[in-house]
Amino acid sequence: MWMLELPPFTLFFIGGLIAAMTRGKLRGAIMVAIPFVSALHLWTVPEGIHLQLTFLDYELVPYRADKLSLMFGYVFHIAAFISIIYSLHVKDTVQQVAAMLYAGSALGAVFAGDLLTLFVFWELLAFTSVFLIWARRTSRAYHAGMRYLIIQVLSGVILLVGALFYAAETGSLAFDFIGLDSIAGWLIFIAFGIKCAFPFAHNWLTDAYPEATPTGTVILSAFTTKVAVYALARAYPGTELLVYIGAAMTCFPIFFAVIENDLRRVLAYSLINQVGFMVVGIGIGTALAINGAIAHAFNDVIFKGLLFMSMGAVLHMTGRMNGSDLGGLYKTMPKTTILCIVGAASISAFPLFSGFVSKSMVMSAALENGYDWIWLMLLFASAGVFHHAGIKIPYFAFFAHDSGLRASDPPRNMLFAMFIAASLCVAIGIYPAALYSLLPYDTGYNPYDATHVLAQTQLLLFSALAFVWLNLRGMYPPELRSTNLDVDWIYRRAIPNVLQKVFAVIWQADGALRNAVTSRLSQCQSFIASKHKGLGGLLSGSYPSGNMVLWVAVLLASYLFIGFVSKLAA
Amino acid sequence: MGTNNKNDKQYLFDNPKNTKRVLQLLYACCALLVVLDFVIHRHVYHSWENLPAFYPIYGFVGCVVLVIVARWMRTFLMRSEDYYDKQYDDNDDNDDKNSLEKICDDNGLEKATDENTHEGANNQTENKKIGDHDVDA
Repeated sequence: MWMLELPPFTLFFIGGLIAAMTRGKLRGAIMVAIPFVSALHLWTVPEGIHLQLTFLDYELVPYRADKLSLMFGYVFHIAAFISIIYSLHVKDTVQQVAAMLYAGSALGAVFAGDLLTLFVFWELLAFTSVFLIWARRTSRAYHAGMRYLIIQVLSGVILLVGALFYAAETGSLAFDFIGLDSIAGWLIFIAFGIKCAFPFAHNWLTDAYPEATPTGTVILSAFTTKVAVYALARAYPGTELLVYIGAAMTCFPIFFAVIENDLRRVLAYSLINQVGFMVVGIGIGTALAINGAIAHAFNDVIFKGLLFMSMGAVLHMTGRMNGSDLGGLYKTMPKTTILCIVGAASISAFPLFSGFVSKSMVMSAALENGYDWIWLMLLFASAGVFHHAGIKIPYFAFFAHDSGLRASDPPRNMLFAMFIAASLCVAIGIYPAALYSLLPYDTGYNPYDATHVLAQTQLLLFSALAFVWLNLRGMYPPELRSTNLDVDWIYRRAIPNVLQKVFAVIWQADGALRNAVTSRLSQCQSFIASKHKGLGGLLSGSYPSGNMVLWVAVLLASYLFIGFVSKLAA
Repeated sequence: MGTNNKNDKQYLFDNPKNTKRVLQLLYACCALLVVLDFVIHRHVYHSWENLPAFYPIYGFVGCVVLVIVARWMRTFLMRSEDYYDKQYDDNDDNDDKNSLEKICDDNGLEKATDENTHEGANNQTENKKIGDHDVDA
């Protein structure tokens, strides 16, 4: 059947084209229908290689489906469906087209069976998503988008170089387990790491995502990092280094999140924190850990999307996003408040919400495999994520002081999209077996035993108690209008400043050198001139009339001589 | 809050009693969970979990440390809001330092702002109110 051979991205790319040419309700209907139809089709797709072709000497596999890629395929469809509904009111063609192409690229990447196809979609992810940032049409967004694009493309270029090395070493481009024992392995690892927001390479995310449009950030948050998580899960499961990188990713962003004022930037930091849990799971590499990582990626797409949607709704309705400007919105945005709290409870991994059933798998795996200190870090990060994403986001946006803003709940399509996401969060939390049945391994894991539930509830409620206590004591850092320096300071301030200073010195030295040489030259020139500038000298400006008489005499004498010679000859 | 805007209707948390109720509920849950710690038998995977009330203490201390460290990070990471929007030149560096000092002074590290962000002050008075009620209770 031809539909079977049609990779899932094609429908989205066609949808992008249609979205570019249609307007209004028709476009809305088509855009909602595409992820729906595509998801129905994907549900029927069995595992296996569905498309294969030969390019030069290499076997390319643009469409390969197995449990791992299908899992990400499903969640990307859900994310696309929800975020398209969420952005139905947007009349900006650029954003609608970019959203479709971006979702399509993500699907292309997760079903890619070889590194070259992966590279193509890897770069397409960057080029399509950047328009969601630029669509904000502010100078800040433009520059943030540029920085985002440069870093993403850099990641793609490193991936391509890595893939070429890999092909040279192994003679194949197959995208399966790669491992870290060759240059190619390291290059590809770095490329994945940049997109996965590894520490020190994470700043593109916190820099660019909060500058995108209210709807754009929701779409952005779903795909790029999860594609990177998928790629790591495919190529580097069980790589111990990932455990430490992931643990660092869970811990450091929460400090930044606590002092950050822009609430969508807080969520961007917590996105890194959540990806950290997945990376730890991939690094541990046991069946339970990999299951946990993938399930957490699945859940994270939905609850992080929900949180970004609720903040997008606030931004859409009030035009503000800083914690220092917001507050008291629960009064007029009650539905958004409740939906946001559902997202907050899910990301904090409260029992009966989706985060709990997946995060606990990674934590259990860490403990079972003897990563005691890592487990403590993850526990700290769990408390921390509740602190900044679970409490801070709803508290400063919807409660805290009354900002006087009286915005109403957002348009119905936005509320409906949030409602779908919230329902999924609760449904997965209550009935995790449905999610577990899709996972690659069957581990028989049960999150709802008394031990887990009690421990997690204790951890979370006492974090809440700490928040209340710090707030009552006035020790909680107030929301301040500010910029917090992060790694991006290096390339936004330090390197430009250093380059500027270096070039200032170079220009100065260059100027001095040029001056020295020219003055030396003119000295030589004037020395030579002075030697020969006497009356009648070689370089003299004027000649005495006697010289002229002499030369006329010479001329006449030569005429005479020539005439005499010609007479003789005749 | 609500009293300032006479036309506004009263909302749930305009009444400090409701805030107090929520907090009391939280305190009650926390107390219950600590008690349950001694009642419910747990599978222990790690010796640390045997410590009495390990998770509650870890959660509480962890968050307090988190906030204290984050506050300390502000002293050297915080810049004015338009830090990156300015042109790169030497004067700006000085400006930034000045504004940083200003923000830090406002922040005061030991006490929330009062001049720079009125909401900080609001928070504090609000918190005080809640605190007083707690004392009464």
